[in-house]
Amino acid sequence: MRVPGRGWRAGLGWGLAVVVPLAFLTAFFVWPVAEIVGRGFVADGRLDLGGFADVFSRPRTWRVVGQTLAQAALGTAGAVLLGVPGAYLLHRCRFPGRGALRAFVTVPFVLPTVVVGVAFRSLLVDGGLLGGLGLDGTFTAIVLALVFFNYAVVVRTVGGMWERLDPRAEQAARALGASPWRVLRTVTLPALGPAIASAASLVFLFCATAFGTVLVLGGRRYGTVETEIWIQTTQFLDLRAAAVLSVVQLVVVVAALSVAGRARARTERALALGAPAATAHRVRLRDPLDAVAVVVTALTVAGLLALPLLNLVVRSLRTPRGWGLDNYAALAVPQDTLAVSAWQAAGTSVRTAVDATMIALVVGGLVALVVSRRPRRAAARRAVAGLDALFMLPLGVSAVTVGFGFLVSMDAPLGLPVDLRTSPVLVAVAQAVVAVPLVVRTVLPVLRAVDPRQREVAATLGASPGRVLRTVDLAVALRAVGLALGFAFAASLGEFGATSFLARPQEPTLPVVIFRLLGRPGAENYGAALAASVLLAALTAGVVAVCERLRRPGIGGAW
Amino acid sequence: MTTPRPRTAPRTRARRAGAPAVAAAALLALTACSATGGPTADGTTGGAGTVTLVTHESFALSDGLLERFEDESGLTVQVVQQADAGALVNQLVLTKDAPLGDLVFGIDNAFASRALAEGVVVPAEIDAPAAQDAAEHAVPGDEDGALTAIDFGDVCLNVDTAWFASRGVPEPTTLESLLDPAYRDLVVVPDPVTSSPGLAFLLATVGAFGQDGWADYWAGLRDNGLQVADGWSEAYYTDFTAGGGEGPRPVVLSYASSPPYTVPEGGDAPTTRALLDTCFRQVEYAGVLAGAANPEGAARLLEFLLSDDVQADIPVAMYMYPVSSGVDLPPEWESWAPLAAEPFAVAPADVAEHREQWLTTWSDTVIG
Repeated sequence: MRVPGRGWRAGLGWGLAVVVPLAFLTAFFVWPVAEIVGRGFVADGRLDLGGFADVFSRPRTWRVVGQTLAQAALGTAGAVLLGVPGAYLLHRCRFPGRGALRAFVTVPFVLPTVVVGVAFRSLLVDGGLLGGLGLDGTFTAIVLALVFFNYAVVVRTVGGMWERLDPRAEQAARALGASPWRVLRTVTLPALGPAIASAASLVFLFCATAFGTVLVLGGRRYGTVETEIWIQTTQFLDLRAAAVLSVVQLVVVVAALSVAGRARARTERALALGAPAATAHRVRLRDPLDAVAVVVTALTVAGLLALPLLNLVVRSLRTPRGWGLDNYAALAVPQDTLAVSAWQAAGTSVRTAVDATMIALVVGGLVALVVSRRPRRAAARRAVAGLDALFMLPLGVSAVTVGFGFLVSMDAPLGLPVDLRTSPVLVAVAQAVVAVPLVVRTVLPVLRAVDPRQREVAATLGASPGRVLRTVDLAVALRAVGLALGFAFAASLGEFGATSFLARPQEPTLPVVIFRLLGRPGAENYGAALAASVLLAALTAGVVAVCERLRRPGIGGAW
Repeated sequence: MTTPRPRTAPRTRARRAGAPAVAAAALLALTACSATGGPTADGTTGGAGTVTLVTHESFALSDGLLERFEDESGLTVQVVQQADAGALVNQLVLTKDAPLGDLVFGIDNAFASRALAEGVVVPAEIDAPAAQDAAEHAVPGDEDGALTAIDFGDVCLNVDTAWFASRGVPEPTTLESLLDPAYRDLVVVPDPVTSSPGLAFLLATVGAFGQDGWADYWAGLRDNGLQVADGWSEAYYTDFTAGGGEGPRPVVLSYASSPPYTVPEGGDAPTTRALLDTCFRQVEYAGVLAGAANPEGAARLLEFLLSDDVQADIPVAMYMYPVSSGVDLPPEWESWAPLAAEPFAVAPADVAEHREQWLTTWSDTVIG
């Protein structure tokens, strides 16, 4: 790779920027996955690929692959179609309550699936508010829930780019007589191409590996590759079948990533970026763009996002003695047999999420920085693209595979005498593995849009490589850091990925407490679980809102 | 938590101090509330005085019990819990060479044979008053006593008595009666592949209708509008009429011990009842893990699980019946949570041999 800058120190710096994230990913993702998948392909010390013929001869396998693709494609299309207008409204327009709404749309992203099950299904069952639609247990219900989960991913990823897009190109086109739609089609959307492709690839991975949502809302009839891996691994311990399915999943994911990568590369270019405050305008309902964005977003937020969440809040206020806050009062008391109160669990959640977010920011930040460079040599360019795709994989590989991989590899990692499997550290690490791609995808579009000439100018003016990095790249990256931080934090609070398959040490997190409460009979437990879910939602919204504020001052925003 | 707020740090100062200093300060502030650096961090690791209990998410004991055991025994107990009870044994099989802890609690009779066959547990010398009672639930074929029964419960269909009374429909009583068109679209059960009570109920039907008849029974249930939910929580709280979520179905799969928790505020009797002719008895076992770092401590912890204190706490904390006949049940259990006189049974060896095949047949029959 051509290092931007001279001297061995710059080279060493870039080397470290590549090696540190790679070491992290190898230790906590590649190795565990290879270990568990390897067990499926090795029988009695010999390579055994018979599993392929076996698994592919089952008609169920093909159906499951088809359902995975269909669900992921529809979920992604829905999230992008609804999310792009949302990104425009929430990041390009100004209106009262915008900050609160931005935080609110993130909430679905973190809700444990068992809670989403309650929130959605109690609306959809016979006699529920939407029972008449007959959606309970249908494919449509699953796709709607996938959109519910991933709406925020599109809004944040695309919005982060949109708000920095210099409006002058659009203004010029308008001044030359182009209609708003034409400007959108020919100027704005092409500029947003990389961000939309980024968002779509993220959502596709989330949808393709969704398993709790699918099982809770549709049942195994709509099984996906992910649910099948889950069943083969956890219930049947058929590692051979699970390994084959993991390979199938990997193929699907890599294909999706390369399509997205190509779409990104085609549209990617340096853009004139502005400060967010300068690009936002007050909502004008007479402007057709604004009007469409308002209507689409209002319908999405009210119908798809708010309704299930409101359902949850209403149910949490219902007690055996009528309406009241009893369920919330119960959260403060250590649940007799849970050993902790929901508040204490919330504290544990936040502490773990802080660790995970710090790891993810460091690792993801370095990856984004390296990948943002476009080396001249083709081989180096390919290496950079490969690195980018590699760090997306944790979102596309089954959480069960990673979780069980940890079990068989982390008893003495690298031969060290520490058993990481039952350590709270592994929980944070497992969350960070999933949060890294979110950080990369949020920061990268912004970094890539930096005009390389800015760096060249800085260097020509005598700035050291470190200084170029600090004043050009870091300054821009910091603007996206608030978004990335909130994103990583939310993913960690929601306990994505392999975390749910780890053996938990004593201190339970909030999602774990909710899960335990919902596993017990009695109206009090049900009520407390719902109240704890609302607490988790509020916590998420609060954290995201705080992270959003972090970026306002635009530290070092001198350019 | 103490989130650093750069807003309070003026831009000029931040610039002069340099980004590294700001970053370092932020890191320090964040570390102050980190999980590993926080006040609750638990520095204990596998020393001689530590014993690790591997269990599922439903394990719980009332406040202070475990602490008292630690005080009296001088041992430090670390509890690691796994979300999925069904996956517990499989995890233990996978980690046989480097066990996750010293003692496992929560292997049930559907998985017991597998645990024994894979050799994940080893016999231990224990001395507890309830040991004799526990032996009555021993896994057939487990002569050395590698698994010790700790508690048990009956997985049974529950009915919403108020629902049936208000509609003048007689409550169903047996498995066969659910095939009656009068009960069309009224039953919800958890999926046996994804839920352990669900599997127990599948075993109840195997016990009731035999290896040749159970699949036909399920086909009948399916044709009579059976609803399958992902887990017990979904079935009980979202689909069941009397679980608290006010769902549409008045017959749900739950436990014989569930009715006491449906006594309404100010009322004096539950609104639900368990159908005691539809039950399968689930027994939960504990065992010292093969290759445990602290087998001595594990045996002491196992004795503790059989002590009167823990046995009396089991109904309160884990909603199961204690194996010990020497402790009292909570009064509301005495009144409203009777056990089945003759629960259906399937030999653990048969379960071990046919479980996957049964689950596959079940899936093909019911899910399609």
